[in-house]
Amino acid sequence: PQRSPSPQTTIMAVEFDGGVVIGADSRTTTGSYVANRVTDKLTPVHDRIFCCRSGSAADTQAVADAVAYQLAFHSVELEEPPRVRTAARLFQQTCYRYREELSAGIIVAGWDPRRGGQVYVVPMGGLLLRQPFAVGGSGSSYIYGFLDAAFRPGMSRPQCQETVRLSVPPPALALAMARDGSSGGVIRLAAITQAGVERRVLAGPDLP
Amino acid sequence: MEVGRARAPPPFWAGGPAPGQTYVPGGPGPAAGVLPFTRTLSPMVTGTSVLGVKFDGGVIIAADMMGSYGSLARFRSISRLLKVNDTTMLGASGDYADFQYLKQIIDQMVIDEELLGDGHSYSPKAIHSWLTRVMYNRRSKINPLWNTVVIGGYYNGESFLGYVDMLGVAYEAPTLATGYGAYLAQPLMREVLEKKSSLTKEEARDLIERCMKILYYRDARSFNRYEVAIATEKGVEVEGPLTLEANWDIAHLV
Repeated sequence: PQRSPSPQTTIMAVEFDGGVVIGADSRTTTGSYVANRVTDKLTPVHDRIFCCRSGSAADTQAVADAVAYQLAFHSVELEEPPRVRTAARLFQQTCYRYREELSAGIIVAGWDPRRGGQVYVVPMGGLLLRQPFAVGGSGSSYIYGFLDAAFRPGMSRPQCQETVRLSVPPPALALAMARDGSSGGVIRLAAITQAGVERRVLAGPDLP
Repeated sequence: MEVGRARAPPPFWAGGPAPGQTYVPGGPGPAAGVLPFTRTLSPMVTGTSVLGVKFDGGVIIAADMMGSYGSLARFRSISRLLKVNDTTMLGASGDYADFQYLKQIIDQMVIDEELLGDGHSYSPKAIHSWLTRVMYNRRSKINPLWNTVVIGGYYNGESFLGYVDMLGVAYEAPTLATGYGAYLAQPLMREVLEKKSSLTKEEARDLIERCMKILYYRDARSFNRYEVAIATEKGVEVEGPLTLEANWDIAHLV
């Protein structure tokens, strides 16, 4: 395929004790034109499972639709909410099999009754890895340093670590959006817990 | 009556010649857009060198714990070593998604074999032979598993150390290294083995650590955290993460 391999976006997910916090920018570009400045890249694939999409909008939407369908079916058969790990594995199976055709970097995050909040990353190439927090998209390159620094001080004290962790997505995303031409617009955040999904938008003056 | 363009007749086989069309062997054929591609044409997240050394009473293999996304050190605590069973272990460099796929297949094979319940388990030679066939057949379909694999083990009182790469090239040797290790570590390991025909476990460990340190200095896609897997008659143990201490004294001399 002739498209550029680098995913366009900044997406992020952080796991904490009762769930996950996910965030993304809101810019979709066709070359250098901003086709959609209020995109929602946080896509639900089930009640408590979301995916953060980076890469080709068409590819990721198609894969997410397919996974949402499979998950809906699976959860009816299971008669209980599906595991986040299952959702992540479904993404991985598609992304690995069609790795040469797809341009999709996906972060799967959610809450299930078995293991609580979980974050899984399925980058381009189609590997599957669980991580306590994950970033993706072209904008993520600019904030690796910031994240390394932000997450180091809290490491030894779990309580503090969680507050630190949860406060990181907005500034991290804002920094990435400031430097990456392919990321921008508003910051969309969602917190997924047992109680449900809480969504927020940080725009203009609210941007850190 | 409509006169349309003469349509190209269908190809004789996928990617093959069609009558009246120019045929470029190896290039995308007329059916290129019709059949699904599922080939790994470019590795994405990759692992760097894997080292292997035989010693008296077993084998040791080592690999660092990093997955690089191009030049970005993206994943810094992933395991590139796999314990197959109590006699065999393997380490892979190259594409990590393909390694995960291989891991799935091998783990399932080991389970299926357990279910047979005949007391037999795969020997390192068997895994090596099987993997060679898999890798060669994939390459023959121009859809390789983009990995270079080192298989080590201790079976029936004998150490085994084998190499298979994505082309299906396979061989055994007393020391092995993939990637940069082949240039930097292999000469060192061979030199040590030339002087002493067999090493003790401790000497082998030290040799591995020395080589990993040099790779950390000189391979830009390496990392200073690594794992080590040791196969002896007692079984296979994966140890890690171990951290390398780098010596930068020479910086002061320059």
